[in-house]
Amino acid sequence: MNFDLTEERQMLQDSLRRYLRDKYDTAVRNKILESDSGMSAEIWAELAELGVIGALFTEEQGGFGGAGFDIAVVFEELGRAGVVEPFLDSALMGGRILAACGKDDMVEEVIAGALHLAVAHGEPDSRYDLNHVRTAADGTKLNGRKAVVMNAEAADHLIVSARMSGQAADTDGIALFLVAKDAPGLTIQGYPLLAGGRAAEVILEDVEGTLLTEDGYKVIADVTALATVAQCAEALGAMETATHLTKDYLMTRKQFGRPIGTFQALAFRMADLLVEMEQARSAVINAAGFFDTAKRDLNISGAKNLMGRAGRLVAEEAIQLHGGIAMTQEYELAHIAKRIVMADHRFGDTDYHLERFIELSAA
Amino acid sequence: MDMSYSPEEQAFREEVREFLHTEVPAEMRDKIRLGKELTKDEQENYHAILNAKGWLAPNWPAEFGGAEWNAVQRHIFEEEAAMANAPRIVPFGLSMLAPVLQKFGSKEQQDYWLPRILNGDDWWCQGYSEPGAGSDLASLKTTAVLNDAGTHYVVNGQKTWTTLGQHANMIFCLVRTNKEVKQQEGISFLLIDMNTPGVEVRPIILLDGTHEVNEVWFTDVEVPVENLVGEQDKGWTYAKYLLTHERTNIAGVGFSQAGLAAVKRVAKAENTNGKPLMQNPHFAARVAQVEMDLMAMSTTNLRIISKAAAGEAPGVEASMLKIKGTVIRQEINDLARRAVGPYAMPFASEGLEGANDQIPDPHEMGPVAGDYFNNRKLSIFGGSNEIQRGIIAKVKLAPGA
Repeated sequence: MNFDLTEERQMLQDSLRRYLRDKYDTAVRNKILESDSGMSAEIWAELAELGVIGALFTEEQGGFGGAGFDIAVVFEELGRAGVVEPFLDSALMGGRILAACGKDDMVEEVIAGALHLAVAHGEPDSRYDLNHVRTAADGTKLNGRKAVVMNAEAADHLIVSARMSGQAADTDGIALFLVAKDAPGLTIQGYPLLAGGRAAEVILEDVEGTLLTEDGYKVIADVTALATVAQCAEALGAMETATHLTKDYLMTRKQFGRPIGTFQALAFRMADLLVEMEQARSAVINAAGFFDTAKRDLNISGAKNLMGRAGRLVAEEAIQLHGGIAMTQEYELAHIAKRIVMADHRFGDTDYHLERFIELSAA
Repeated sequence: MDMSYSPEEQAFREEVREFLHTEVPAEMRDKIRLGKELTKDEQENYHAILNAKGWLAPNWPAEFGGAEWNAVQRHIFEEEAAMANAPRIVPFGLSMLAPVLQKFGSKEQQDYWLPRILNGDDWWCQGYSEPGAGSDLASLKTTAVLNDAGTHYVVNGQKTWTTLGQHANMIFCLVRTNKEVKQQEGISFLLIDMNTPGVEVRPIILLDGTHEVNEVWFTDVEVPVENLVGEQDKGWTYAKYLLTHERTNIAGVGFSQAGLAAVKRVAKAENTNGKPLMQNPHFAARVAQVEMDLMAMSTTNLRIISKAAAGEAPGVEASMLKIKGTVIRQEINDLARRAVGPYAMPFASEGLEGANDQIPDPHEMGPVAGDYFNNRKLSIFGGSNEIQRGIIAKVKLAPGA
């Protein structure tokens, strides 16, 4: 048993943490949040150069990592700094789908930071159900509507899931297509997101796509598993920041003539948060460590549910223990708390993964 | 024990409901339902509609032009207003300052300021909290020094969390007039015209992008001595009196009932794993639990209200209601954001530029995640829930209690 990071991962963590501490403070990020594109091309390029994207792919895929722990290390650091650039959706999800479909030349571009992608899978009434696809494929002609598609406006290509056969909830009959951003019949209605970045409603009217795979459900399920690990790690990093800020504030803010952290009523709640942080870290380790085993989904659902519960507690308590200051836009915690809570709205929320865990653990 | 409303109270409820649906513009109620901010004009218009009916100041005695409703009537109005998505009455002049003036103000102050509050001539805001004086309000540092001629106070310092201060032309402030005595004994209550030179209002943008609070800075601001309420150095007594009024409707029963109804509406329409979310046992259990809590809290609220209607002053129960009421409202905000699933993420703050993007809102719930974050304030302001627990413990654990 050894819970230390390997030397390579430790180096990646150190360089990433240093870069983000120096280059991505609250003021810089708040400017990015207010910008039209909702992201910084410069930050994207520099992080790609640091190897952030390469670490998300295996050597066979042209990267230098790609395992659960590589992904966890990267996204924990991105989460710690509240990074809003779409590494999860564009690079990890988009890139790994292309890798699974043998598009090696495109993956190379993704790793270089030169190609942006969006995964258009969820639909207005699919909620978190991965098998729910109504968008129809008639040959390679696509018709339908996709909901809350992350990074759709900035993407060079969209990866669109569509049904070739079967009913809306069947796992069989779902295919994936590559659609160019300027394809005729494609409408992208973009909007900002509460926790930063942008998404869009995507409408497809007789849009011509290129078939990537007819085994779409499996590819989507696998990449969603990977993305859920990344999302849990990102939330963990953000929770680390929230607890650090809170600890510091409790020991510097004075009321009634002393630091408020010396009031037992607050100190005990801080202690509870720290206990939950250890649980959260272990849950992410479980999700990453069992990724390539038969226990993958059980551990992922366990982690996502725990992160949902611990995340809500940490975000709400961090705000409450701070008081009014944490309610202000310009204070770091405001953004961080939003990242933590909004993580619950991706890839299945706390209740969704509770139900899935019950099913898997009873099996 | 009789838990029913009297025929008169039921008739009153009907009258209120009818009034809110016919007299309050539908566009205004739609805005509230969809979580949009009212403009200053709209808010003033709402006050004028209530004033024309004689319902703007339900808690004022008739001699000052109030409706003199008892606590049960006020509760009925609040409940109906929430269900009808009517706006909130801006409380600063009407239910915070006015009771203080009525009890401690001079005849001249009452005759001048109270009619102006009813007519909407002044928009009042509250100058209590300071950057260094939040929960520990008595440590406030903004100073007011009487000039040599004895005609003016000169005010210096900073207030913060000033709600809707951007609309206000008047602010009532707690200021330090004596540093030599115990903190609570050197505070005075001043009325300050915000158009006086040296007053500056700076916006604070909240985490959901809204501009509802401000900083107010005072640099050598001259305030006529006539604007001192009551006696110098006695302001803390008046402030405490005001805080008991700030806590009316603290339970927010109406808001919670309206919020819960909306959650159930969405959970019946939204499908997960092939069936309505409302049939998901985990989600349904959480909805049920908060509904049970709300039913009980609503009765606690009525128990306290009927005591108040009988003339008993609410004591520590107000603190209990504040804690339970805010926890329930926040839980409903959490359920609302979960109910809409991925559609909780899209968000454009009205306060920011480029907010013209069409935000998808399939369930017409408004910015549920923004509301979830905005309402974290409920357990922080008006005496944080930790301060309320301190009050409960102090009273209930006192020797002989």
